[in-house]
Amino acid sequence: MTASLRTLSSDPQFRRGMADMAPFAPGIAAWGIVTGVAMVQSGLDVEHALLMSLTVFAGTAQLASLPILAAGAPLWVLWATAFCVNLRFVIFSAQWRVYLEHLPRGRRVLLGYFLADLNLLVFQKAWPQAVAEPGQVAYAIGGATIWAVWQVASIVGICAASLVPVHWGLGFAGTLSMLGLAYGLLVDRKAQLAAVVAAAAAIAAFALPLKLNILVAIAAAVAAGELMDRTQRAARRTPGAA
Amino acid sequence: MSAGFETALAIVGLAAVTVVARGFFLFPRQAWSVPAWLQRSLQLAPLAALVAVLAPEIFMANGHLLSTWRDARLPAALAATLWYAWRPGVLGPLIVGLCVYLPLRLLLGW
Repeated sequence: MTASLRTLSSDPQFRRGMADMAPFAPGIAAWGIVTGVAMVQSGLDVEHALLMSLTVFAGTAQLASLPILAAGAPLWVLWATAFCVNLRFVIFSAQWRVYLEHLPRGRRVLLGYFLADLNLLVFQKAWPQAVAEPGQVAYAIGGATIWAVWQVASIVGICAASLVPVHWGLGFAGTLSMLGLAYGLLVDRKAQLAAVVAAAAAIAAFALPLKLNILVAIAAAVAAGELMDRTQRAARRTPGAA
Repeated sequence: MSAGFETALAIVGLAAVTVVARGFFLFPRQAWSVPAWLQRSLQLAPLAALVAVLAPEIFMANGHLLSTWRDARLPAALAATLWYAWRPGVLGPLIVGLCVYLPLRLLLGW
């Protein structure tokens, strides 16, 4: 194991993967600090916040889960919401499969766990053709070392947050960063419609028990998007329609 | 079952969710392709989930729509939105939003 780590650390593709990820380190560190602060300020104990940071390793899902945890919703609602937030990784995993196909299944899944949003973005810039090539696994592992930056920053945030009084309401920092992330996903009219529908449904259905308003809102938004798709397709098929 | 244990269980489950999501198509022995309709509906779900968690955190207090404008969250979210329109990103809107939020909350008690 140590021997293979040593070979890996001298592998030029591993180093290139690390170097290509390095410019994102300050942004990832800031984001990790905010997540650390938000976890503690939303009411998690330091031990639980550390456990969450070290095992969950998915910033957006962590932030989204905090209000649900604080509300004491049943676990399946919490997990279902986190899975929805993480659905983009399901799509990404199909793309990673092309490059990781030759690895044994256990290693594929283990490496996949460490590959988040930026990893794929950076990887696809480095290997623009979606075909398996030698060196890709070492490159991906090099990029995955950004894990350490995220963890250190998140732990700094956790420790710092326990010094700030809760009445400052710094948990709102988590909400504000989700806001920026959500705006980044408003790529077209369909996404904008889905966001408005999700917001309205989540507020209108807030009185539902078990925090089910979130799942209702997701279903409503996905249905609205599908409806918009179909209407557009139908409009295109109808001659003379605008 | 203690509250601490339940929280730990919730967190370990969230970790399992990460493993399942990131490994979803890496796990099967045979590679499969994602059907187009599934890919289409999966696209919107993360945005919808985020907004569904967010909207009540900004617009509601104690289970009701805000009945006052004097809530630090509204001007903070507005400032973050305007900043995003000018300079898209996550960090800028966050910092600007907090610069509006903290003084209103701590000095004016909004």
